[in-house]
Amino acid sequence: MTDAYIVGVDMIKFGRFPEKTVPQIGAQAALMALDDCGLSIQHMQALYCGNLGQASGMVGQRLLQEIGQTGIPVVNVANACATGATAFREAWASVKAGLYDVVLAVGVEQMGKGLLGGAGGKTGIPKEGLMGSGTMPAVFAEAGMEHSRHYGTTFEQFAKVSVKNHHHSTLNPKAMYQIETPLEEVINAEMISYPNTKLMCSVNVDGSAAAVICSEKKARELGLMDRAIKVRASVLASDPWQERDLVMPDVNSCTQKAAKEAYEMAGLGPEDIDLIELHDCFATAEILHYGNLGICKQEDAGKMIDDGEVALGGRIPVNVSGGLLSKGHPLGATGIANIYEVSTHLRNEAGSRQVEGAKIGLTHVIGLGSACAIHVLERAS
Amino acid sequence: MSNQPLPAVPYLKIPADGSPYLEGQKCGNCGSTFLGERSVCSKCGARDQMAAVTLPNSGKLYSYSIVYRSFPGIEVPYISAIVDLDDGTAIKGNLINVEPDPESIDFDMPVDVVFADALGRKDADGNSYLSYFFQPKS
Repeated sequence: MTDAYIVGVDMIKFGRFPEKTVPQIGAQAALMALDDCGLSIQHMQALYCGNLGQASGMVGQRLLQEIGQTGIPVVNVANACATGATAFREAWASVKAGLYDVVLAVGVEQMGKGLLGGAGGKTGIPKEGLMGSGTMPAVFAEAGMEHSRHYGTTFEQFAKVSVKNHHHSTLNPKAMYQIETPLEEVINAEMISYPNTKLMCSVNVDGSAAAVICSEKKARELGLMDRAIKVRASVLASDPWQERDLVMPDVNSCTQKAAKEAYEMAGLGPEDIDLIELHDCFATAEILHYGNLGICKQEDAGKMIDDGEVALGGRIPVNVSGGLLSKGHPLGATGIANIYEVSTHLRNEAGSRQVEGAKIGLTHVIGLGSACAIHVLERAS
Repeated sequence: MSNQPLPAVPYLKIPADGSPYLEGQKCGNCGSTFLGERSVCSKCGARDQMAAVTLPNSGKLYSYSIVYRSFPGIEVPYISAIVDLDDGTAIKGNLINVEPDPESIDFDMPVDVVFADALGRKDADGNSYLSYFFQPKS
């Protein structure tokens, strides 16, 4: 099988664009990714389009109606918060399989404000607040408190994740916010679901990101290897059976499974990774994944944040983009936006937030329900 | 409209003569327990091995969150709790009769399952519902 490379990748600055349609928002990133490699929509042999909010709305086709109806096959993808990464992976797989030489993957989302989750059934009475909470801040709070019960992780350690990622975002002009949030401020912000305060919840924003994926032969033919990023591993996992599945959506075992398979596919280990963009939908979530991705022992996760090992300049910087907490979390776009972030560092083009000498990076997203997608990326030259 | 309260979830059983209880489905092949009707075990894949079992009315607190922000009309704060029942079945619900303060909530604290009206919630037909809650073991 051929190797597959990212030759063009970009994202729009995340924000709120109620005056635009979903396809219009997606089209922006698609054009930016095409421009990044100097190709046109006429070069693309297929489009893989990730969007959640209009999953039955043929967003990919409508996107082509914005930027060029070339008649190529379009696959519309929905996979909760792993939607964008899944679209990317489908695009990657089509190139790996030799079906196409150059394809486009787009992730796009337009979000309202407010709480996600907890809708419950349509019959009988509402269950929210009667049988616990199905809201996302509470669900991820419970996952964080599970870490606390096993490893003694503290409220303050969870809060420090938010301090770190907000700090990182001050260096990222494409993040929704560029605002420092000191520890006191994070801890004293409105409590949403203990231990997640408002500043420990990801931001609902509109956004899009896109990538052009190319076979090695075609990338060489087009003279695009200089800035190309090799996809060393692409893994998707669903949640293997766990004893508390029915009441506690599991983000841990599917991450552990996907990480193990990704390291095997890439032929390397966590010690070889220079930076990580992982799924910090809530501050409590980020800490879980240090151990799940194998960058430390589970019991040392709190220490990682205390010691600054996961901050820019530390041993293994995590979410240098500002993460979902401050860059923002447009559900369907997030998985490709974090691929953009890692690629930008591997290309040594990340400006003031550049992770020095970054050669290999890892991206991770979780769609609750659950889907975990992990990509391992490496600079080609 | 029913004269008697209806169960808030299908796995809460209200016998005509006797106390309400929670019912699980236990796999005859691997022993895993589930809430709600099913015919295939999602752990081992065994088919048609499920049998109804009465779940115990006590357990221990596994994890929780104190919810301060919910949807409009939902009274806050409340404690959303994950409880491991004595037979190992995990179940989610509100933990009541405890201060909504982390200082008052201990992992593994023993709890009882209690049955009570579903916080006054009624369906479109005006039916009342019976729900379950957790409270510190008496």
